[in-house]
Amino acid sequence: MGNEIIRTNEPGTIYVDDVTMTFNIAKEQFNSLKEYFIAMTRHELKFKPFHALKNISFSVEKGESVGLVGTNGSGKSTMLKIIAGVLSPSEGKVTVNGNIAPLIELGAGFDRELTARENIYLNGALLGYRKEFIDENFGRIVEFAELQKFMDMPLKNYSSGMVARIAFSIATITEPDLLIVDEALSVGDKFFREKCEARISELVNSKNVTVLFVSHNVEQMKRVCERCIWIEKGDMRMDGPSDVVAEAYSNMKR
Amino acid sequence: MSQTATAEAAPTTISKSDAWYPTSQRDMYVVKQLVTKDFKLKYRRSVLGIAWSVLNPLLMMCVQAVVFTKLMSRHDQTIPNFPIYLILGNTAWHLMSDATNRGMESIIHAQSLLKKVRINRWVFPVQKVLFAVVNYVFSLAAVALVMAIFRWTLGPWALLVPLGILYLTVFCIGLSLLLSSLAVFFRDVIHLWGVVLTAWMYLTPLFYSVTILPDWMQSVMRFNPMYLYITFIRRCLLWKMNPGLLVHGGCIAWALVMLGIGYAVFRKTEDRFILFI
Repeated sequence: MGNEIIRTNEPGTIYVDDVTMTFNIAKEQFNSLKEYFIAMTRHELKFKPFHALKNISFSVEKGESVGLVGTNGSGKSTMLKIIAGVLSPSEGKVTVNGNIAPLIELGAGFDRELTARENIYLNGALLGYRKEFIDENFGRIVEFAELQKFMDMPLKNYSSGMVARIAFSIATITEPDLLIVDEALSVGDKFFREKCEARISELVNSKNVTVLFVSHNVEQMKRVCERCIWIEKGDMRMDGPSDVVAEAYSNMKR
Repeated sequence: MSQTATAEAAPTTISKSDAWYPTSQRDMYVVKQLVTKDFKLKYRRSVLGIAWSVLNPLLMMCVQAVVFTKLMSRHDQTIPNFPIYLILGNTAWHLMSDATNRGMESIIHAQSLLKKVRINRWVFPVQKVLFAVVNYVFSLAAVALVMAIFRWTLGPWALLVPLGILYLTVFCIGLSLLLSSLAVFFRDVIHLWGVVLTAWMYLTPLFYSVTILPDWMQSVMRFNPMYLYITFIRRCLLWKMNPGLLVHGGCIAWALVMLGIGYAVFRKTEDRFILFI
């Protein structure tokens, strides 16, 4: 990591500089003012710092496809959330350029009382899409999700797989600068999973889209990503070509 | 942009430049979508639907008019029309209580979104306030109806009413920003606010006249923001007079101070929201 990289503002680039994420795990959970003040006056406000990420640095160029591997609780999702701009790091800095399409827990931002049609507009707005763009591409979104018949049904009647279909379809209908995929593909039926993977590969191959990918399926990771970053218990273990990293990761497990 | 005819094939990508709003315009569209959503959900499955926005203040006014007319009218000759006095105060009060109650819980309710999508967090409290304003505007139909029944004409000062609503809206946005961030850290705030609102309501001349209060309370009343906003609207519509420099200044000052405090607290704490929701 010693070599200096030339930084650009080009959409799709990610720069992670020495990021540390510390959660203060309170030994007790305070849910009310009273409890809090009682503990405070007794000097019983104890926190146990937990480092979810320790001094992580890497950069991703436009068009790269990078997988994150690591055992459960190693900080992969925390990293993705920091890059997605949802969490702010305790220390260090993250710079992300361009439009982000996050596929983190598909269906976030959907309202279960609204119909699928209404949800597509709501979710599109949250992703930053123009209204005219959604109007124009509504048909294609529905078509990709293969749910033409269910558009005016409230989402609460949908199965989780159907929700995932719509969410995936909205986020990938155009080329975002950065696509973040967090185990999103583990829902949905086999056919749709394959369709999703094909679509992601298509975006990867276009070289216009930077893809960050988290999956526990090492084989899938190798198929989709050219580069892999291994984060283990908050530490950066390895950063390199995906088959090399995947190999090392699989061997560690045994 | 090459559109292929095969439907089942993976979708071709459209030119990216016209797909996204520039960052600066996104928030407004999100706010609009969220307000629309709330509006649709509020009246879904209700037979009378939007008519409730009109009926509710109307029924409330009837109840209060029946109960309080006997009690109040002998004391006070300064109120030219008691039902109009009531409905103007009630609707404006309801705007504030509705806006702050919804705004206060907006961040907590938006948790699933805030955990996954990067979005400016102020969007949520502001959206709830705007939703309350939309409802208020509908309830003005009830005001119009009552005024029509009493053949109450509009004076030239009625033109200032939108300004009064604007001040009140800004005040509510400030208050909601403050409450929403406090509520994230201490859920008690939600319960406490209910009590505060009730006490504040009785301390605001909604169904009584300020003149029945002792002198010292009347001078304290000048610092009650809700009294100022309601007086502003009542003077414009009921007394058909200029709200006056003092009321005008008070309304603006409260709006700006509240917005300043709310914004400062919100900005200072918003990065930590996600750890508490």
